[in-house]
Amino acid sequence: MDFKLSSEHLMARTLFSEFAENEVKPYAAEVDETEEFPKGTVEKLQRYGFMGIPIPREFGGQGCDSLTYVMCVEELSKRCATTGVIVSAHTSLCCDPIYKFGTPAQKEEYLKPLASGDKLGAFALTEPGAGTDAAGVQTKAVLEGEQYVLNGSKIFITNGKEADIYIVFAMTDPSKGTKGISAFIVEKGAPGFTFGTKEKKMGIRGSSTYELIFRDCRIPRENLLGQEGKGFSIAMATLDGGRIGIAAQALGIAEGALETTVAYVKQRKQFGRTIAQFQNTQFTLADLAAKTEAAKMLVYKAAYAKDTQKRFSVEAAMAKLFAAETAMEVTTKCVQLHGGYGYTREYAVERMMRDAKITEIYEGTSEVQRMVISGSLLS
Amino acid sequence: MNQFSEYKGVYVFVQQVEGVIAPVSFELIGKARELAKDLGTGVSAVLCGYNVAGLADELGECGADTVVLVDDPALESYMTEPYAHAMHSVIEFFKPEVVLYGATTIGRDLAPRVSARVHTGLTADCTKLEIDKETGRLLMTRPAFGGNLMATIVCPDFRPQMATVRPGVMQRAERVSGRRARVLPFGVKFEKNDRYVEILDVIKKMNESVDISQADILVSGGRGMGSKENFQMLYDLADALGGRVSASRAAVDAGWVDKELQVGQTGKTVRPKLYIAVGISGAIQHLAGMEESDLIIAINRDETAPIFNIADYGVVGDLNKVVPMLTEKIRAAKAES
Amino acid sequence: MLNIVVCIKQVPDTNEVRLDPKTGTLIREGVPSIMNPDDKAGLEAALRIKDELGACVRVVSMGPAQADAVLREALAMGADEAYLISDRAFGGADTWATSSTIAAAVSKLPYDIVFTGRQAIDGDTAQVGPQMAEHLGIPNVSYAEEIRVVGDSLIVKRQFENSYQVVRVKMPCLVTALTELNRPRYMTPGGIFSAYREKQVTVWARADVPVDDSNIGLKGSPTRVKESFPKALKGKGEVVTLDAEAEADYLVSKLREKFVI
Repeated sequence: MDFKLSSEHLMARTLFSEFAENEVKPYAAEVDETEEFPKGTVEKLQRYGFMGIPIPREFGGQGCDSLTYVMCVEELSKRCATTGVIVSAHTSLCCDPIYKFGTPAQKEEYLKPLASGDKLGAFALTEPGAGTDAAGVQTKAVLEGEQYVLNGSKIFITNGKEADIYIVFAMTDPSKGTKGISAFIVEKGAPGFTFGTKEKKMGIRGSSTYELIFRDCRIPRENLLGQEGKGFSIAMATLDGGRIGIAAQALGIAEGALETTVAYVKQRKQFGRTIAQFQNTQFTLADLAAKTEAAKMLVYKAAYAKDTQKRFSVEAAMAKLFAAETAMEVTTKCVQLHGGYGYTREYAVERMMRDAKITEIYEGTSEVQRMVISGSLLS
Repeated sequence: MNQFSEYKGVYVFVQQVEGVIAPVSFELIGKARELAKDLGTGVSAVLCGYNVAGLADELGECGADTVVLVDDPALESYMTEPYAHAMHSVIEFFKPEVVLYGATTIGRDLAPRVSARVHTGLTADCTKLEIDKETGRLLMTRPAFGGNLMATIVCPDFRPQMATVRPGVMQRAERVSGRRARVLPFGVKFEKNDRYVEILDVIKKMNESVDISQADILVSGGRGMGSKENFQMLYDLADALGGRVSASRAAVDAGWVDKELQVGQTGKTVRPKLYIAVGISGAIQHLAGMEESDLIIAINRDETAPIFNIADYGVVGDLNKVVPMLTEKIRAAKAES
Repeated sequence: MLNIVVCIKQVPDTNEVRLDPKTGTLIREGVPSIMNPDDKAGLEAALRIKDELGACVRVVSMGPAQADAVLREALAMGADEAYLISDRAFGGADTWATSSTIAAAVSKLPYDIVFTGRQAIDGDTAQVGPQMAEHLGIPNVSYAEEIRVVGDSLIVKRQFENSYQVVRVKMPCLVTALTELNRPRYMTPGGIFSAYREKQVTVWARADVPVDDSNIGLKGSPTRVKESFPKALKGKGEVVTLDAEAEADYLVSKLREKFVI
């Protein structure tokens, strides 16, 4: 067993770290403050091939592996969690299912522009009545001739208004429950497809979270992704991958908070010495560093599993559960170490703590991850 | 040292552009006089150009014993090849023991080309030159490793010993009016070849925005500036010093200056030769971006401001008074030199 | 199609070098190695010419085996071929011997343009480029801030302290690049994978470089380092409180001492 990263992975990390430091970090506070989607940054991500890292080159991607992709989300999220989730939602939740379940024509038409960075992707499963209980999907799709007609709405959609291509889940046969759900590829501009309200969020505030509304929205029949009735399993398989992306985001947030706090405690003086000289600070940081490292191992292992195993639900669930809860704990304690300053927007840990919370919630709450893990334990 | 007994004299390449001699050339002549004294020899100024004979007097008054004059239309504007050819010819003929060049954009282009042609060593950007009393060799000291390390270089087996020297480091010799140098016109044959370039245009530099991380001198303002208008004082000071303006995050957030100019954790990391912090208290994140500057000067009203802990020189006072006065005095000092 | 050779050096990131506050010595451990910034600008200039006109971009570096990393980085940015001049026999070279070695290696490759950086951040000499041009017998233009290909020539905007020259130089020629020339592109993730998994770095040892023994390594170096020592440590700063005029005078005197004015 070898814990050493290969030369290409080490160089990729250097690239991501440099890019994030120069192109992402300077805007992180602004993105949070203004709640504006970082369009300029995303264009750069697209130009440099960051939007199709694990997708093979024949489909416009970079032909790297999941570990490389995960390190990218991690390094971006270390400086700006909004940027991290934009890449994660696009790659894991939109490129990946088309790659895995799409027809050759769909890959040519949709995956190529997504993976090569010409278009941005999103994933629309959640509805007001279907959150953790994803089977409660109410949006309907009815085949009329050569078109499906979609009616209903989706909420909390990351990259909502900014995306060009959406994976949308809708009920094609309500009598069959989850087996009646199908997945569709919907393009922005499809007739009857509009946007509702933009969510005002606690964290990841630049990520353009919107409601999608479908009113007699007509899409071509060939935009059915996979077979009719397979939507739920497509969604679940996709979320297994997505969870690794979010785990990487959480890991990045934890690392970012730790890094900035280590620098802070070495400078900040109280009672005539730096607070780094207090044992409370030292022990707290030691615990946080150990947990963050453990999270990293789980996240990297899950990425490896995705590339080498048919099923990796448990690895993904463990990575996300642990990394998300670690991110929350690390950021909370880092705010505490900053004292009053940590509660102000002058210091990045304040934002990081708000950003961390969502990683315990989206793409399967921590409770859902525990269900996945225990389900496999007790089966 | 017998093998080099025919190599004599300390020579200085005189950099002139449009008939104006660069200040560094006078500084080099000043240094050359000290070296020549230790070596028991004289100082020769090599003056290359076209219709530049009139500059010889000034060189004599500033300390040159001899002026080697290479006057030719081929040398009207600086171009690497004809100048390298001229210097190579001078070196071949006169066999100097030492040749010094200013470490300017011209000197740093010409000297290496000449060193390769002559086949001798060249030490770049020296800040100290002296003669080793025992060996008579030139000891050339220069910063290396981003200025973190100093190295003393010698050139034992080749002649001449050549160095480029940073402008502003050496002292020019006192000017003695009426002192005359012997002028030796030296004819060099120039034949155009493929190594010649063609000058299409010459453009004077305007003040343009630059990346602050590349600037040698930064005048940086913080919250204490109080307003956008007050930043004009800093632009004036920077102008007087030939530097650029930067700012702390507080000043950027207040909208007084552009984000591009921000120094600190969330801005740029800078490492100029001189950093003047005006009205900047010195928050951790700011210090992180500039603490490696070579020389730090702080002007602040609050004597307990953390910036004073890392400043080389600090003054406690009202920036609105100190800064304009400083600008004026710097301008005056520059005008008289 | 144009053939372009770009010379790059692996250097310690001198921005990351710290002095030990107690001993005043350099702390070299943990200092990352990077592609020299001016060289990277030269590479970017070459890649832009490739993007626009088509070109084969070959990168050459001299250094220890670890310098492989900067060549891979260049490949990941889009260079076509990479060559590493590496042999103990080349060690200890000053700029003269370095330039004669690299020039000899470059002479084995086809080239219309040779790019070097103006200077390396660990040595700051700015000598290897012009010296190489002399060894190769081609013209050089230093301090290039803008560059374009026109017919059989390059038009280069060359920086001076207070002005620019715009010059036409016939190819083959050597250009030393400034970081102001451009903003280098990032590598792409796929470029990194292909740099390691598909492309190769050709290593040239002593026997592969057609250069005389007397012109390489420490033996071929006219200059020697007599000694090196750390820069004097910064003393504790001075803070004064005077009236405004006296303070201004005080600062002016300090600036004079430090030769700023």
